[in-house]
Amino acid sequence: MPCAPPGSLLPNTLFSLVPTLPQPTSSRTLNAAQRRANRDPAWARWLLTGVALVFLAFFLVLPLLSVFVQAFAKGGAFFLSAVTEPDAMASIRLTLLTVAIAVPSNVVFGVAAAWAITKFRFPGKSLLTTLIDLPFAVSPVISGLIYVLVFGAQGWFGPWLIEHNIRIIFAVPGIILATTFVTFPFVARELIPLMQAQGTDEEYSAVTLGASGWQTFWRVTLPNIRWGLLYGVILCNARAMGEFGAVSVVSGHIRGETNTMPLHVEILYNEYNIVGAFAVASLLAILAIATLVLKSVVEWRQTGNA
Amino acid sequence: MATPRTSRTILPGFGLSLGFTLAYLGLIVLIPLSAAFLRTAGMSWHDFVEAVDSPRVVAAYRLTFGASLAAGLVNMVFGLVVAWVLVRYSFPGKKIIDALVDLPFALPTAVAGIALTSLYAPNGWVGRWLAPLGFKVAFTWTGVFVALTFIGLPFVVRTLQPVLQELEPEIEEAASTLGANRLQTVIRIILPELAPSLLTGFALAFARALGEYGSVVFISGNMPMKTEIVPLLIITKLEQYDYRGATAIAVVMLVASFVLLLLINLLQKWSRRYQAI
Repeated sequence: MPCAPPGSLLPNTLFSLVPTLPQPTSSRTLNAAQRRANRDPAWARWLLTGVALVFLAFFLVLPLLSVFVQAFAKGGAFFLSAVTEPDAMASIRLTLLTVAIAVPSNVVFGVAAAWAITKFRFPGKSLLTTLIDLPFAVSPVISGLIYVLVFGAQGWFGPWLIEHNIRIIFAVPGIILATTFVTFPFVARELIPLMQAQGTDEEYSAVTLGASGWQTFWRVTLPNIRWGLLYGVILCNARAMGEFGAVSVVSGHIRGETNTMPLHVEILYNEYNIVGAFAVASLLAILAIATLVLKSVVEWRQTGNA
Repeated sequence: MATPRTSRTILPGFGLSLGFTLAYLGLIVLIPLSAAFLRTAGMSWHDFVEAVDSPRVVAAYRLTFGASLAAGLVNMVFGLVVAWVLVRYSFPGKKIIDALVDLPFALPTAVAGIALTSLYAPNGWVGRWLAPLGFKVAFTWTGVFVALTFIGLPFVVRTLQPVLQELEPEIEEAASTLGANRLQTVIRIILPELAPSLLTGFALAFARALGEYGSVVFISGNMPMKTEIVPLLIITKLEQYDYRGATAIAVVMLVASFVLLLLINLLQKWSRRYQAI
């Protein structure tokens, strides 16, 4: 499978800020002599492996483990009541609603952007690709702040919105907008290198044989990009459900109304309801584990299909 | 064949897809982002300096940049070790560990924040062993550093892994044949080749740490002048309805992020040229 030529369309920026679906690479086979020459002494192997595992244990395994241990510190019944009480349920509903709007919007955008950028030639293309990555460079808190500056009471449209009794900031629309901003690049940046590598030959053939534009897209392009698209959706979804900083700025923290799951975790934690906070947090941790598993499966499919 | 800049094509949908892309990009990203800069442009220079130069703000900048730098450096060292071990050695459970490296990307930052806090608090699993030694982690500078190390961990590993995989084994073999011992080969042959990606990984981790909020606010204790990071200070200003102060501080951070973005860009070009040779 062809890889995007180095220095092609993506000289830009934060393309490694979040994992991209690895392109299949040829595995190197070493002969015995090379293997001997390139082998580290046994003590070095043990030492380095030990250092790596201890580092990862303290920074990754222990935090993850502690979430689940503390979630069940007061038993299963307490856990269940903590995640099913009305405010927790409201936060779960709001998180799902936010994801249900932000993720599909960014999928449509990602596909449209990738189609325009990889199937056509036009000036300013690499600038456009850079701009799409911009939200990754912005602090989550600032991502929330900019929407306050546009839609807040003192913002550009603030007076007009108040006049018409429309609430965006400290309400659900603000949460959805901020979430859409922070997850903006995920799908596009997954699809652009993939579609770039695939070229336009198959689409040309389809159109030449009489397929309409939409037929070409649904029957030719979409099957080709399905794994990359799925990968982007998985990452986009994980970030959308877990976003904290940006949502925190625009939410207003009204219990049962404008609290997403991460904000609900914060409130419980600050009220010293530690076990309750970890109970809700464990749901998000399960989401993170599911994300990692799905990601590995898609990576495996992708490299396996080559 | 000379190709015009906008070449004719039989594929449909150019106008629709590009039009939608630009409209969506403008509405969601560019217009809101420009609000921050336009707001600041409306301030007088004196007000701007006053907003970003007060002792509390300077202390926050110092903490955020200092702790991000330290966390980036630690991740550079341990990230290299982790990437090396994952690419070069095999041991049971390697695939799981490899997948787990992405945990800081996947775990919501608030969850990471409360988990790290409970681990490193004086009565936590790790903190209780450190407390008798007089070592406090949670609610100190070290706590901020621990959270930022967690959040930056995948960057160096994930930047290095593909480069390590593509390293020519023949070069190492040649060095060994010519009489270099293993340590010499690693230091004089392998490390120089990894340097650009090592720096890129560091810069990415540093950039991410600068803006990080969720994982830090719980463990830092948020004492003004001591453990108050810049993103928290922005939120504090907003809660006091000091929109101009918040925006001015944010613009400084945005400029820092964009400069870093440019540097990372250049670094990646450099590392690619290195690989092409």
